[in-house]
Amino acid sequence: MANKRIDEPTGTRTVGHEWDGIEELDTPLPRWWLWTFYLTIVFSIGYVIAYPAWPMIDRATAGVLGWSSRGQLAEEMSAADQARATVREQLARIPLERLPEDSDLMQQAVAGGAAAFRVNCVQCHGSGAAGSQELGYPNLNDDDWLWGGDLKAIEYTLVHGIRQADDDETRTSVMPPFAGAFDNAQLDALTDHVLSLSGKADSNTVGAQLYADNCAACHGVRGEGDRAQGAPRLNDAIWLRGSGRDQIKRQILNPRMGMMTKWEGRLDPVTIKMLSAYVHSLGGGEDFIEVAEDPEVEVDEQP
Amino acid sequence: MSNPDENKPGGGRDWSVIVEDGVAKTNEPVSSAVAEPEAATRRHEPHEPPRQHLPEKLYEPRKAVHNKRIDGPFRRFKWLVMLVTLGIYYITPWIRWDRGPYAPDQAVLVDLANRRFYMFNIEIWPHEFYFVAGLLIMAGIGLFLVTSAVGRAWCGYACPQTVWTDVFQHVDRFVDGDRNARLRLDAEPWTWNKVMRRALKWTIYLFIGFWTGGAWIMYFADAPTLVYDFWRGEAAPVAYITVAILTLTTVTLGGFMREQVCIYMCPWPRIQTAMMDEKSLLVTYKDWRGEPRGSVKKAQRSPDKFGDCIDCTQCVQVCPTGIDIREGPQIGCITCGLCIDACDRVMADIGRPRGLIDYATLEDCEREAAGGEVKSPLRTLLRPRTIAYFMIWAGIGGALLFALGNRSHTELTVAPDRNPPFMLLSDGSVRNSYTLKLRNMESRPRDMEIVVEGLPGAVMWTDTIGRNQSAPTQTVTVPADLVRQVRAYVAVPKGAASQQFTFRVTSLDEQRETDTVQTRFDAPENE
Repeated sequence: MANKRIDEPTGTRTVGHEWDGIEELDTPLPRWWLWTFYLTIVFSIGYVIAYPAWPMIDRATAGVLGWSSRGQLAEEMSAADQARATVREQLARIPLERLPEDSDLMQQAVAGGAAAFRVNCVQCHGSGAAGSQELGYPNLNDDDWLWGGDLKAIEYTLVHGIRQADDDETRTSVMPPFAGAFDNAQLDALTDHVLSLSGKADSNTVGAQLYADNCAACHGVRGEGDRAQGAPRLNDAIWLRGSGRDQIKRQILNPRMGMMTKWEGRLDPVTIKMLSAYVHSLGGGEDFIEVAEDPEVEVDEQP
Repeated sequence: MSNPDENKPGGGRDWSVIVEDGVAKTNEPVSSAVAEPEAATRRHEPHEPPRQHLPEKLYEPRKAVHNKRIDGPFRRFKWLVMLVTLGIYYITPWIRWDRGPYAPDQAVLVDLANRRFYMFNIEIWPHEFYFVAGLLIMAGIGLFLVTSAVGRAWCGYACPQTVWTDVFQHVDRFVDGDRNARLRLDAEPWTWNKVMRRALKWTIYLFIGFWTGGAWIMYFADAPTLVYDFWRGEAAPVAYITVAILTLTTVTLGGFMREQVCIYMCPWPRIQTAMMDEKSLLVTYKDWRGEPRGSVKKAQRSPDKFGDCIDCTQCVQVCPTGIDIREGPQIGCITCGLCIDACDRVMADIGRPRGLIDYATLEDCEREAAGGEVKSPLRTLLRPRTIAYFMIWAGIGGALLFALGNRSHTELTVAPDRNPPFMLLSDGSVRNSYTLKLRNMESRPRDMEIVVEGLPGAVMWTDTIGRNQSAPTQTVTVPADLVRQVRAYVAVPKGAASQQFTFRVTSLDEQRETDTVQTRFDAPENE
């Protein structure tokens, strides 16, 4: 410590330490650097006054500018909301059946619906909306609809859900269990007949009779289904719960029926509209058909 | 500083024992790792004799260059080049070029926002950026070509640094007068006269800098609109920032740094130095003719003793980079030829032949010095090297033009949906979904026909064409100069297997441009 001498060649004072002949020069900080330090101190005082700085129990001191990161986020969110507001307003005003005519708005709705779908629907229907045969979640990409595939029908399903106990208008129907009603031979015959409807097996008179007695009321004489009560078509290639004999038998004896959440009250009407547009756009959407005044008039399934 | 390689242990080193703070120390190395301590470090140790300071200066302050006004063929050529290059720079963005209602009418426009580059009737999309890369390569080889043919002509006449420095030097002359007046003014204390002159000069500098930056941004947006927006304060911030930066760099580089940019900053003189050979055209002082120097009077007294150079230093005074060409070729010489103009005038005045300083090659100089005939320097233009460079340069240019002329303005990309890969429809047919991107590079909307080829029985519909109109061929309209995204659904009757097939897009106009993409149709394994 004592040996603070002036280093001759450089003219600078040493710090006084010496390690194996190595000494350190006590070169002063460059002046501009020192001033930069002072400037940062001045800056920090200004910063503490202007911005939130001192942490308190539940919040930091509010700076005189009143800025906070949460406030900024809220501002940005509301700015983003406002940017969307026009589209949402337009969507709220347009009747759903007129939406496809406005292709720009329809595109916006599909894009918004895609985002909402990823948040609310993929849990059951899957990210590609392909559903699951294993679990009985319908595929939304195909052209087979249990309850109707035009925009209105899709929106109705979204609003009221399927088999929701707390909604009087929910889509609901029950297939009775036939466990114990048929013996094995009858069951086989009936299964054959069901498969024959889509050409997968040969028909037989026993099965046909059983079908006509027990099933045709809902599923239709030729297995064309009934959308009014959500009875699936049996004469097409799409099977919600599988087309194997065992799977069909199980469904006859002990039918499983899917449920879907009602989204009314959870999602706002505009989001539901957008979701309808998105599901409709997946490739199987049907054109909207003006509902006939006479409910007896049969609606074309494939427009 | 001593050279450690010469300083072997025991050589210049002090091996004695010294006593510091009552402790005896030796300077001997303590391990093999420091067997040659001087080689590892040049650190000064406290008991060594004080170091000697280097006599050379590592920094040399700039000596202001006040070049004298001169007139002559090379100066006039420099004026011409300045006029042409500045004219191109300032006027180009204002040229209009009609491209129809769907494209901008500015002849040269780099439309960064829409990612289009327009140059007269050429339009380049971002994926064709190789054209720009090709142009840059041509510019590089063009510089090689020019250098091998006429030496540093680029530096002397056409380089922006040279042109703008020239402009600023003319401003100096306009405000402060010619060389001597400027030298006097520099030496003067800061009188009001000097302050006012400097203020005026620097204001003009700023104006030129601003004008330079202002012209630059015109290339990136519709010029009249941008000018209007700019002065109303409504242009994009990047426009103001760009103008500010370019104003600053123009004033700094052209107004204050000038020849220092060429001598210290620019890589091109170094590259050119490597490219020079004895056949390269240089501005040369013919020392065999000029030396020894002597005034006209001395030469009259003893005519045989002196060369043609009368040491009037006109060549030094007119030099825009402030060098003395009589010291031989050097990196500071940008070969602008102003010294040739100056020397030729003096030679004419005193009745000696012109060309004491002249464009010449080293080879010619040697022949001339040995008493050979004087050859025209233009002869150097044609030699294998320049011809080879020209062939390469022209080859690339021709290839680019060919590619430009033959490129298709219609393109298709296809992305099959992977989730789900296929979709069973109720009639048993299988549907796959694809995202098609149809690129229309014409600046007019075009109808394009999409065809599914090689997929028996396939029909197609899209997000806008319903399934009830499904067919193997669909027609969509692609907006002008845009990519249109089409979602295509392709359905194949029951029983089809997974297979490859092709989408073909054809423009339905007289061009009939077509593009095909092979992709995959997925179907269930069995059923």
